[in-house]
Amino acid sequence: MRNRRLCLAVATLFVSLFLAHVPGGPGAHGSPDSAIRLATTTSTDNTGLLGLLLPPFTARYGVEVQVIAVGTGAAIALAEKGDVDVILVHDRVSEDAFIEKGFGVNPREVMHNDFVIVGPSSDPAGIMGLRDASAALGKIAARRSLFVSRGDESGTHKKEKRLWHSAGVRPEGGWYWSAGQGMGAVLVMADEKRAYTLTDRGTYLAFKKKMDLSVLVEGDARLFNPYRIIAVNPALHPHVKYVEVMALIGWLTSREGQELIANFKIDDETLFFPDAIAPGRTGD
Amino acid sequence: MTGLDFLIRAFGDAFRLILSGDPEVYGAVSVSLQVAGTATVITTLLGIPLAFLIYGNRFRGRHLVITFLNTLMALPTVVVGLFVYAFITRRSILGPLDLLFSKKAMIIGEVVLALPIVIALAGSAVVSLDRSVKETARTLGAGPSRVLATILWEGRLAFATAVAAAFGRLIGEVGVSMILGGNIAGVTRNIPTAIATETSKGEFSLAMALGIVLMALALGVNFVLRYAQGRGESP
Repeated sequence: MRNRRLCLAVATLFVSLFLAHVPGGPGAHGSPDSAIRLATTTSTDNTGLLGLLLPPFTARYGVEVQVIAVGTGAAIALAEKGDVDVILVHDRVSEDAFIEKGFGVNPREVMHNDFVIVGPSSDPAGIMGLRDASAALGKIAARRSLFVSRGDESGTHKKEKRLWHSAGVRPEGGWYWSAGQGMGAVLVMADEKRAYTLTDRGTYLAFKKKMDLSVLVEGDARLFNPYRIIAVNPALHPHVKYVEVMALIGWLTSREGQELIANFKIDDETLFFPDAIAPGRTGD
Repeated sequence: MTGLDFLIRAFGDAFRLILSGDPEVYGAVSVSLQVAGTATVITTLLGIPLAFLIYGNRFRGRHLVITFLNTLMALPTVVVGLFVYAFITRRSILGPLDLLFSKKAMIIGEVVLALPIVIALAGSAVVSLDRSVKETARTLGAGPSRVLATILWEGRLAFATAVAAAFGRLIGEVGVSMILGGNIAGVTRNIPTAIATETSKGEFSLAMALGIVLMALALGVNFVLRYAQGRGESP
């Protein structure tokens, strides 16, 4: 009898501890409406940038931001279905289509970095120092050196596909691996297999210390990589938390938010360059 | 579009992909069958003799070994993936063999995952058959090899159950496949990792089609086995 009561007491304790940690459950602070979902690219999450930008926003405005880190393609698909409230992505072509179809409203430029082609320092395809990214991919294909592709319809993958297209190469065969995973996982695979890959510089810098990959090709104008934040249109999906989303857009494009982005460094290297209010911005 | 419309369309598209022989669906199915099939065969060849060795003999610490094996049946798949990764990554001791992100790596992980299941399930069959069959066979004057053959034959359904349980665990697991295989399209992308990828790409119909095939495979093996068992029990 006493045992049973003890069990009950322990069970009650566990349940109440559990509920206290569920947002919106009894004992949680703030209202259940105070969480929004942000679908974004793996690059903003893997680098740790969001870990820096979001906590001060939540502390000040009482809006929790739940991050779903996928590729740009998946982020847009989630937003079109109304499964998320806002997206922070980097593929101009699919972003414009998303806005044109009426799914997205109030796009704002947030920041940019650039893509680079990385690979083993032994560089079997001999692409080091090339300025032309497509020519470099052409050499990799000609040598049939292993190339790991995101293969997940992310912004990086879409950029890569356009570069292959302009190189006039259909990437197929045993030397071309389509991984279907995030940027971090693909960098790890490229490092493991001494392969080449296309990456945003931010994620590469965040992973650099753990691996033997070097930047081999950079500086091509086509490798420019701008990020935009876009709200899901509340006219199509009335349940989205539009007002909270606009607060987030405001925060990321505010002077403070932009300074946080500008000061976000790994090993003294800047990962993202703010675009919202930085002086001398020259459009896309 | 209402919620019901969405569901009906998702299932409709999924069945269309399966029936049209979609290469992405069947590529993943083929990798799944190759890897889980090979791993199941290797596990069976290793596991059933080990079951005889451990469960059919008396030795010091037998109880401890058996308890340990039963505990290992609950090994989390991602942890198996992680530990095998630690051994075969380029910087590690088996690095020069260049196994990571290949079907071989997946098979190694899956054998580790399935071995305790086969040993433990086949082992309990060995225990229950050992005494009855041995005595009957001995009174009939059979030698040791004849006794072994009789136990194998009498326990065939129990051994098949052990093998099917192993296959069922392997065909649906994601942890080992993702970590050791790397989800490379056409090479190591199997049904579970393809479902994860396609869902995250927003290719919902393709994921659903794969889900239906996976269900059919996992439940089909179980169904055939249960049916055979039912027939085996009723004379």
